[in-house]
Amino acid sequence: MAQALLSKAQVIEGSEAVARAVAAARPEVISAYPISPQTHIVEGLAAMVANGSLVSEYVRVESEFSAASVLAGASAAGSRAYTATSSQGLLLMTEVLYASVGQRLPFVLTVANRSISAPISIQIDQRDSMSVRDSGVIQLYVESSQEAYDVHLAAFKIAEDPEILLPVMVCLDGWVLTHSYEPVLEVDQAKVDSFLPPFSPVHKLDPADPKTWGSYSEAEIQMEINYSVHEAMLRSKERIKKVFGELHQLTGRDHGGLIEAYRCEDAEVVLMALGSVCGTIKDGVDELREAGKKVGLIKLRCYRPFPYEDIFRVLEGVKAVGVMEANFSMGSEGAIALDLKAKLYNRPERPVVVDCVAGLGGREVNKETVAQVVDLIGKMADSGVPEEAVWIDLDRDILP
Amino acid sequence: MKLEIGAVTKGSTSLKYKTGAWRDQRPVIDEENCRHCGICADVCPDSAVHAIDRPGTDKAIYIIDYDYCKGCGLCANECPVKCIEMVPEEK
Repeated sequence: MAQALLSKAQVIEGSEAVARAVAAARPEVISAYPISPQTHIVEGLAAMVANGSLVSEYVRVESEFSAASVLAGASAAGSRAYTATSSQGLLLMTEVLYASVGQRLPFVLTVANRSISAPISIQIDQRDSMSVRDSGVIQLYVESSQEAYDVHLAAFKIAEDPEILLPVMVCLDGWVLTHSYEPVLEVDQAKVDSFLPPFSPVHKLDPADPKTWGSYSEAEIQMEINYSVHEAMLRSKERIKKVFGELHQLTGRDHGGLIEAYRCEDAEVVLMALGSVCGTIKDGVDELREAGKKVGLIKLRCYRPFPYEDIFRVLEGVKAVGVMEANFSMGSEGAIALDLKAKLYNRPERPVVVDCVAGLGGREVNKETVAQVVDLIGKMADSGVPEEAVWIDLDRDILP
Repeated sequence: MKLEIGAVTKGSTSLKYKTGAWRDQRPVIDEENCRHCGICADVCPDSAVHAIDRPGTDKAIYIIDYDYCKGCGLCANECPVKCIEMVPEEK
């Protein structure tokens, strides 16, 4: 069975997988502004529009601010809209993303994760996507090109769900995913069409029925509008799982729900991470398991909304959690550890949480790093966890 | 008032949104000295000064709609006979 399926797979670049999934979702408007490592995605879509295989309004804009603004306008006009960006590009979109959340405009945005200047870097980490964690944009993270393909199909359905109506960001690590070639199975167009019907907006710009988006609000309603976004986020947890379930039925591929618990049964130490590094961590966990260590991994597939309920179920009986994250809130700690610890705090039984900063700016994380982290956490679980995050592999000798 | 998703509002509904609560200075017209020129109504950016026919005369009374007047004071500033006084709103 697996062999038969794989024979249909095509070995394509991760960016191409994303472009094909987006094309299958039939976006009516695509805006594009180049930035590495995202560029191949919109180039792939441009080629499809140019050769006629994809009918879509392809708008080449002059900045990422405009790229996001085009999506907002197109979405308000009732169109399915898409773009992709990275790093500084996402930061430039930030203002528009917040505004689009408040106006409940459900477009899809791919973030090819890349570090942020300065110093300028094109290497991977998730500081870019984490910088908009409070915006109300749903954030999904993928580990492989196949998962990237599948999650992009789901992303439009999640965003456009009348109970959700929020922008969705699909985050995949730059280079490691965007520029690597992996076998990817596509979904037949007819199946995609049955899974993802055309966008049917609750409100849309229509001269025959004039409406206003983004009007001024006074203190009497601003709080309620903010809360309604949070409420949609909370509601989306079950809807996202349902959409992932439907996609599983359609494709036969199950990547998990809001999280994937990998070898967490009877685990004493559980690592937590997101993105492509999860593949490396799984290999590391396998080796540690073979050596008799009770280690597992929680892969966060959905970071916003934060799926603490599902995480708690896995952490039942776990002694220590080691968060391995490639982002950092300067002056505090990593975003995932902050969320996890906050939600755990009022629980009577809770594991210790060690925040490990690993992989910032593309610093290598390999199986040895995983073993090192697990060893460290084991020791800290007994001797006490430091208040400050642990920067794995930090070379203090070269600090200025 | 029930909110729409995304705070989207229908066209031609601005009268439903009473914005007078912003005001911290209330314009009060001294009718004794008013010359009925209508400049206050012309300059009001919120169209919150209304002319009402005075029965038996060809003059109008000017009244201020405090549901929409934001207290900007343009009317008081422009009044040629200074018959509009800005009085602090107190709660």
